[in-house]
Amino acid sequence: MAAPIGTGSRAEETGQEKQDVQEKESLSPERAEEAKLKAKYPNLGQKPGGSDFLMKRLQKGQKYFDSGDYNMAKAKMKNKQLPSAGPEKNLVTGEHIPTPQDLPQRKSSLVASKLAG
Amino acid sequence: LAGFGSLMQDVLWCFSQVKGTIDIGVTEADIISTVEFNHTGELLATGDKGGRVVIFQREQESKNQPHRRGEYNVYSTFQSHEPEFDYLKSLEIEEKINKIRWLPQQNAAYFLLSTNDKTVKLWKVSERDKRPEGYNLKDEEGRLRDPSMITMLRVPVLRPMDLMVEATPRRVFANAHTYHINSISVNSDYETYMSADDLRINLWNFEITNQSFNIVDIKPANMEELTEVITAAEFHPHHCNTFVYSSSKGTIRLCDMRTAALCDRHAKFFEEPEDPSNRSFFSEIISSISDVKFSHSGRYIMTRDYLTVKVWDLNMENRPIETYQVHDYLRSKLCSLYENDCIFDKFECVWNGSDSVIMTGSYNNFFRMFDRNTRRDVTLEASRENSKPRAILKPRKVCVGGKRRKDEISVDSLDFSKKILHTAWHPSENIIAVAATNNLYIFQDKVN
Repeated sequence: MAAPIGTGSRAEETGQEKQDVQEKESLSPERAEEAKLKAKYPNLGQKPGGSDFLMKRLQKGQKYFDSGDYNMAKAKMKNKQLPSAGPEKNLVTGEHIPTPQDLPQRKSSLVASKLAG
Repeated sequence: LAGFGSLMQDVLWCFSQVKGTIDIGVTEADIISTVEFNHTGELLATGDKGGRVVIFQREQESKNQPHRRGEYNVYSTFQSHEPEFDYLKSLEIEEKINKIRWLPQQNAAYFLLSTNDKTVKLWKVSERDKRPEGYNLKDEEGRLRDPSMITMLRVPVLRPMDLMVEATPRRVFANAHTYHINSISVNSDYETYMSADDLRINLWNFEITNQSFNIVDIKPANMEELTEVITAAEFHPHHCNTFVYSSSKGTIRLCDMRTAALCDRHAKFFEEPEDPSNRSFFSEIISSISDVKFSHSGRYIMTRDYLTVKVWDLNMENRPIETYQVHDYLRSKLCSLYENDCIFDKFECVWNGSDSVIMTGSYNNFFRMFDRNTRRDVTLEASRENSKPRAILKPRKVCVGGKRRKDEISVDSLDFSKKILHTAWHPSENIIAVAATNNLYIFQDKVN
């Protein structure tokens, strides 16, 4: 935008306004929340290989337990503990082998809906 | 009809019924996952996480009790889907009913489609009120008679019996989706329907279960290039060649099946330009569209993203014609909503019968209505405390900052575990069904 014709003080005001607007933008609620999140999790969003959210979404429900892998891993580790699942139990990452403890509890048997009661 | 399409200031919403139990701990299977009226509003179906469908029927209005608008009572209930395990992929397949869609009624029976993540089923719900009696070879209990003792021949007759409602699975449409089905939509030709998962949309004929046509495929050759997924899809209400699908990036594509067998190239692309200076880590997540619905007229589409509901004119692709704030006060809570996963909650949205009012859910068992004509909006609450018969619902208000008034609630006091994701509006009357976790509320507008 062209600077308005006028005195120098007017141009100064425009500059000041721009600065005010920028300050407001940096305090926008969304950006403030983003800063909070990045402070808590500095490594967020830096993993390569596609969007994490989308991958997590596509993998929903995947429980990967292979008894062969599990027993071989146990034999390898001998007396040591197997690495336990992180908070993201459903994601298969790294060397983590899902263990029987990671699997969900058996679902209760099918009963009629309480809405029909 | 009185109250049909009326402006919101004339409509007072009243409690009508609530279904479900008051449990201290909610059993996960009881969580309602879909609600849908049929085309006449006579039937109301719910699906839940336990794979069960419950259908309610509106009772005939009685002249003896004119103040009681027809109530909804249980008509049929059945187990639609059961938990499965895909042994090949070590994948657990949830029995949760993602969507129910009714077919228009063409004979005495009712038909609906219900789907979980992988399999769509066509259910027939029919009534039996007669049974044959007077068999020759068996007695009334069904025991076989000794043929040598039979001396007479008679013709069995049909006699009335207590009404029995049976639900039978007529078709099972399986093994067509690698990813998780998020939408089903019946075509206006009543012969076909579509099912959409994260990356693909398939077209089915109701009569054919061993084949479906793939009409949209957005899976990239290299999965690391994946940037968006399909979040919802719906057929146009009148034009059987037209459908829309929404994406996790906040865009909507309208496709015409006449142009090509594979509709990867859209006919129209709806996207609101983003202000780049406002972009944050959360921008894409909160712009992801969780629901898309055509208006009854077919002229508009409505989309729901995390914080807003938008109405788009099919003739204008570059921006929505209306944007309504559902709960903008959550913008300053995005960090904690991301941490507790609430930011990924998928809210649905609905039109009223005349397309003049739109409704969507929020947290704390609040739901919101927006009158498109007057631009007025209201926040109501589904709670057992407001559940006296015909009690008028009082508008609720969230206090954003500053001094909280007596009956307002502050943002920090909102219960984020009480989310209203699924609602339904009767096709022609002011009757709404609101699913609040494991309870189903029915509200009606005030009579007289």
